[in-house]
Amino acid sequence: MEQFTLNLLIVGATFALYIGIAIWARAGSTAEFYAANRGIHPVMNGMATGADWMSAASFISMAGLIAFGGYDSSAYLMGWTGGYVLLAMLLAPYLRKFGKFTVPEFIGDRFYSPTARLVAVICLIVASVTYVIGQMTGVGVAFSRFLEVKASTGLYIGAAIVFMYAVLGGMKGITYTQVAQYVVLITAYTIPAVFISLQLTGNPIPPLGLFSEAKSSGQPLLATLEGLVTDLGFKSYLNQADTTLNMFLFTVSLMIGTAGLPHVIIRFFTVPKVADARSSAGWALVFIALLYLTAPAVAAMARLNLINTFHPNGVGGETLALEQIQTDEKLDWVRNWEKTGLLKFEDKNGDGKISYVGDKDANELTVNNDIMVLANPEIANLPGWVIALVAAGGLAAALSTAAGLLLAISSAISHDLIKGQLNPNISEKGELMAARVSMAVAIAVATYLGLNPPGFAAQTVALAFGLAASSIFPALMMGIFSKRVNNKGAVMGMLAGLGVTLVYIFLHKGWFFIPETNSFSDADPLLLSIKSTSFGAVGALINFIVAYVVSNATEEPPVEVQELVESIRIPRGAGAATGH
Amino acid sequence: MADKSSSNAYWAANIRLIKICLAIWFIVSFGFGILLRPMLAGIKIGGTDLGFWFAQQGSIIVFLVLIFVYAARMNKLDREHGVDE
Repeated sequence: MEQFTLNLLIVGATFALYIGIAIWARAGSTAEFYAANRGIHPVMNGMATGADWMSAASFISMAGLIAFGGYDSSAYLMGWTGGYVLLAMLLAPYLRKFGKFTVPEFIGDRFYSPTARLVAVICLIVASVTYVIGQMTGVGVAFSRFLEVKASTGLYIGAAIVFMYAVLGGMKGITYTQVAQYVVLITAYTIPAVFISLQLTGNPIPPLGLFSEAKSSGQPLLATLEGLVTDLGFKSYLNQADTTLNMFLFTVSLMIGTAGLPHVIIRFFTVPKVADARSSAGWALVFIALLYLTAPAVAAMARLNLINTFHPNGVGGETLALEQIQTDEKLDWVRNWEKTGLLKFEDKNGDGKISYVGDKDANELTVNNDIMVLANPEIANLPGWVIALVAAGGLAAALSTAAGLLLAISSAISHDLIKGQLNPNISEKGELMAARVSMAVAIAVATYLGLNPPGFAAQTVALAFGLAASSIFPALMMGIFSKRVNNKGAVMGMLAGLGVTLVYIFLHKGWFFIPETNSFSDADPLLLSIKSTSFGAVGALINFIVAYVVSNATEEPPVEVQELVESIRIPRGAGAATGH
Repeated sequence: MADKSSSNAYWAANIRLIKICLAIWFIVSFGFGILLRPMLAGIKIGGTDLGFWFAQQGSIIVFLVLIFVYAARMNKLDREHGVDE
């Protein structure tokens, strides 16, 4: 069967499944739309959280980042998993006990301040919208490469699918679809990894294969890879190149950013009990770890395969001939990916061969990070159905995260802005309709931005994490762990953390991401060696300090707010709270 | 709701547990994975050193264990202090 037909069949089958779930899981009340009626089993919620969290960035980009970044990229692995420890212990159980529907709602009630709620809504919307752009462009890329349609057509199809289950089913529809999407994406990620691990090391479990011997050399796989990259003049795979300070702060920023991302937090509002919120965070990490323990193995093995492809005769031997790329069937993938512009080669010295080396002037091959996972099965010559599965997996990862983000955005609009500020007397039916309309508008905006991505799309992911880390996470944590922090402290703290972080990002990436307006660059940052992507941790620290100092200089929070803090610290009584 | 002194004791026990868990969380990731890696460089594992293993694999496994241990200990604390659901 043709590869194209296979791709169409497998992707089509997964889409039919998502639509079936959409029709089955319609939401009839706001409690169902916002929080799936708090009836989701903790293991199932963990699985849905896994799909919600693992985006196109985790599925498509992360292994590539590690493949080319080596040890330095460990920050992604530790940061994007360590955040769940913080969620389980510092946020999720107490916010579940609070028993309302959105993150800004907690901030507004705890700090008895509509201003605080509004600041939280703005942070949430900016962070989630920037995040969703990446998912939508990911959908477009996957469609155009695997289904041979225009990226825009792919985007419309993806948006239509999300529209069906998100608008009809809200959190309920999204949850069950995310469970299905998790199964698709983890299968798609692990099957090629198992094949490749077997080919290279003989060990079928990729995380074990990573630390085993390579069949080709009889030496450990990582030592073999390290020997090759250093011989070819690339940066070391095993040694640290980044400064310790920046790596430390980057990891902190990713961890607290993860814990502070609203679309992840609201998933823990769907479980029946406080105890379930704790265990569900554990299950979420189990399902996330299945991919995150596989990713570093995929990274090292894909890099090894890539080097071996272009150096078929070993280091120092003859490199891959240009003619062979044009004719060899096994190298179809090089030509296919060249069409997308994500892989480029140019015979600079005209010797008829492509050399892939560390020296920038002599190197004739550039490979985008994002190819490593998507092209991996082709590089390793795996069967066609595995390639089709990877296409379906990439789409599942992007669509599931997009849906979670869109729900966070639409509930902030319908619940925090419309019901909370504009029209508090809106009926239950009216609010449900408002939620559906907000969702539809959010999908339309996300599709538009996916079609016309602002030039800074890739850079804004740093913004999403920076915002969540410097504003939302500290506000939530202080709201739970301190009775003394008051409205003034919280608002000043959030604005200070947010402001400083934004200014630092703009100074390095350009004001409002307009090119050439930056005064510094991440290669030579303003403060020590702290890159703008790592600054969220500093912003969070400033938020904590300002909130503490301002609160202690002003009055104590009212008694009823202190009682609210007392009550969220105790699990008993969570079942009774429904959100009104 | 449980009485005040009991809920204060419950909260203090929770904070104690969180501090222990986060200390371990810090040591395996920021410690072994980053800051202390040079000190662990002598311990070899699968073609690299122990710090690399913690950074790319070990810390994630410890995180998992930590959350489940915390959840189980908290369920026990909930019952002991009469604040379970």
